[in-house]
Amino acid sequence: MGFDQYHEPPGELPAATRTFARMCASLTEEAEAIGWYQQRLAVETDAEAAAIMRDAQGEEFKHFSMDLEFLLRRTPAWREIARGVLFQQGDIVEHGEQAEAAATADDAGAERTGGPDGSGSLGIGSLRGTQG
Amino acid sequence: MNHLLRRLAPLTDANWALIDEEAAERCSPALAARRVVDFAGPRGWQHSATNLGRTRTVAGVPSEAVGAAQRRVLPLVELRADFAISLAELRDHDRGAPDPDLAELDAAAYRIAVAENSAVVHGWREAAIAGIAEASPHDGPVLADTIDSYPRPVAGAVELLLQQGIGGPYGLLLGRDEYTRVIESAEHGGYPLLDHLRKILGGPIVWAPGVDGGVVLSLRGGDFLFESGQDLAVGYDHHDRDAVQLYLQESFSFVAATPEAAVPLRAPRRVTQRARKSRA
Repeated sequence: MGFDQYHEPPGELPAATRTFARMCASLTEEAEAIGWYQQRLAVETDAEAAAIMRDAQGEEFKHFSMDLEFLLRRTPAWREIARGVLFQQGDIVEHGEQAEAAATADDAGAERTGGPDGSGSLGIGSLRGTQG
Repeated sequence: MNHLLRRLAPLTDANWALIDEEAAERCSPALAARRVVDFAGPRGWQHSATNLGRTRTVAGVPSEAVGAAQRRVLPLVELRADFAISLAELRDHDRGAPDPDLAELDAAAYRIAVAENSAVVHGWREAAIAGIAEASPHDGPVLADTIDSYPRPVAGAVELLLQQGIGGPYGLLLGRDEYTRVIESAEHGGYPLLDHLRKILGGPIVWAPGVDGGVVLSLRGGDFLFESGQDLAVGYDHHDRDAVQLYLQESFSFVAATPEAAVPLRAPRRVTQRARKSRA
């Protein structure tokens, strides 16, 4: 079994980084699958088969979105830039440049912002399943 | 910079890391309710209300033959516990002192955890929160002072939930006195009471400061909903030559969506917090 998602020796990577890399690999696979279904749907003439493919593609949309949200939650700088780009009206490139500039400017105070999502939160969240 | 104004504090990055780590460490053991209810969020500081999906009729529609309804929501409540830390202590920490005095932070962490637990379990009328125990339709048994009396009411509560078709596993929140009694006790034959109760419940027994008595509840999910706006965070208020004034803050709402999925266990022969409040 291969471990292609690791660019560095896995034994030298912390557990959180290995998880991060696995989720990045998963995100890539979901994006590939979305693209494949898009191509299949473009050429499929059987309506019943196309309906199944559309349903399957919807699953991939969900998986991709969940992977992305996970990664954004663990990466404040990425989240900050994504916040300025995603679900915005207007010029995508312009939003991207502005969001990157704002995130870079914030880097000086990033450590003082604190928390895993950059909000200052202590990151406690749910404690279900943890020992008291 | 967000509303916590952390960058205005005269603190180094190492100071903030120390404070955040200490706050998380001190809050977590006492945040009992979060171990047994569903947690949604955090939605952010600007999130103001929980959608209840319900409406109320609005009279006086300014046109004929037009109906109107207004959405009902549950506003989030903000909790804040202030504390001070000596700047001299923090400068010593910068020098490598391993034992800075963070006693006020520790006390604030405990206070805010107690408030959260109490709101979720016993409710908070002024904040429109109906707690698990007060919303439950079940007339729970009393936990007597003797340890022999514990397995029977807990088992009875589990059986009552099963009878209602409410599946497990089940968890048990216990107030400080009751929890101490359980962990220090062995039943006849030496079998630890804690293990016996765990076998009955199939879920955790949780130390819950701020709770009077206890409550048995289903952990199947979907019954008790805690929505976090801003999760617990440390913010900056002001400072002088000697100390920096900080605070622990959070915003949340709580909804008991299936009140019958919990059975309160009443504390024996004590004046409960709620009773004290109502007398005040």
